[in-house]
Amino acid sequence: MSPSPEPRPGQQQPAADDAAGARALARSPRAAFVHGMVQSVPFLIVIIPFALLFGVVALEAGMDLAQVMGFSVLVLAGASQFTAVQLLSDNAPAIIVILSGLAVNLRMAMYSASLSPWLRRASARQKAWIAYALIDQSYALAIQHYERHPRLSLDQRLAYFAGTAVALCLPWMAASWLGATVGQAIPDDIALDFAMPITFLAMIAPMLRTVAHLVACFVAVAGALAFAGLPSGLGLLIAAPIGMVAGALVEARAERQGRA
Amino acid sequence: MGGGMSDLTVWAVIIVLGIGTFLIRWSFLGALGQRELPGWVLRLLRYTPVTVLPALVAPLVMWPAANGGEPEPARLAAAAATVAVGVLSRNVILAITAGAVTLFGLPYILG
Repeated sequence: MSPSPEPRPGQQQPAADDAAGARALARSPRAAFVHGMVQSVPFLIVIIPFALLFGVVALEAGMDLAQVMGFSVLVLAGASQFTAVQLLSDNAPAIIVILSGLAVNLRMAMYSASLSPWLRRASARQKAWIAYALIDQSYALAIQHYERHPRLSLDQRLAYFAGTAVALCLPWMAASWLGATVGQAIPDDIALDFAMPITFLAMIAPMLRTVAHLVACFVAVAGALAFAGLPSGLGLLIAAPIGMVAGALVEARAERQGRA
Repeated sequence: MGGGMSDLTVWAVIIVLGIGTFLIRWSFLGALGQRELPGWVLRLLRYTPVTVLPALVAPLVMWPAANGGEPEPARLAAAAATVAVGVLSRNVILAITAGAVTLFGLPYILG
C-alpha cells in the first residue's frame, strides 16, 4: 500500500494515488461489480474452509441439511452460526441461543452505521439487500474502497458492494452445503477450528497502521480477555466499545498535537 | 436429532436469529439512515473493525475449545505469526499462509 503524498487531516485512510483513483472513478457499474468480485477472491481461501467447517460441525451437532442451509442462507453470519450450533448441541434454551447469536452479531450495527454515510441515497430495496449481505468481509472491502475513493458515484459504490456480496455469500452457502454433505470424510485431527481466528487476525493486521489503531486493538483484546468469564458475547460487547473510545482519544490527541 | 433439541426449536432459532441479524445490519442503513452522524461518532466507528474482530478472536486464541480451553503453543504461535506477517506485509493472504503454516507445521516439527 503506497503512502499518500499529501495526507489530509482527519483522514486516516491513505487517499488513493491518482492513477488508481482515476481508474476507480472511470469504472462503469458493471466494471465496479467485477472489481468487487475480483477483490473478494482472496477471502475465499478462508471463507470456503470456514463454511465447510460449519457444515461439518452443524451436521455432527445433529442438524439436518435443510437446517444447515437455513443457517447459512437466513442468518449468513459465520461466528453467530457457530455460536448457535454450539449452544444448541449443549441443549441451551432457545432464547439463550438466540440472544447469544444476536450478541455476536451486534458489531454489524456498527458496520451499518459506518457504511450509511456512503450509501445514504440508495433506495430502500437496495439498502435491504446490502443489509442482508453485510458480512465482515464485504464490510471490510467496501469501507476500504469507499474511503480510498471518496468521489465514487452511488452506482459505483452499490455495484462494488454487490460484487463482493455475490463473490463472498454464494460460496459461503455452497460450501456449507458441501460441508454438510461430504463432511464426515474430513479427518478429525485437522485443526479447522482455528480457521476463523486466523482469518480475522489476517484481516485486521494490515489495518493497524497508526498508533491509535494499535491502542484501540490492544485495549479491546485486553478487555476481551479480562471479560472472558462473562456469558458468551457479552465480554465482546464491553471490550470493543472501550477499545473504540481509546482509539478515538489517541487520535484526537494526535490531531491536537499536530495542530499545535 | 441428537440431545433434547427438536426440529421446531432449531428452526425457531434459525428464523428468529435470521430476522434479528437482518435488523441489526439494516439499523443504520435503513431506519436511521437519513441522519447525519456527528464527527465523534464517525471517529469512534473508524475503530470498529480493529476492536471488534480482535476482541472476538482473543479468547479463542488464548483458550481454544479444541484444546479443552487450555492455552496451546501451536495456536498461540500461529496467531502471532498471522499478526506479525499481516502488519509487516499488509497482505491478508500472506498473513493467513503464515498462520496456517505455523499451525500445521509447528506440531510436526516439535513432534
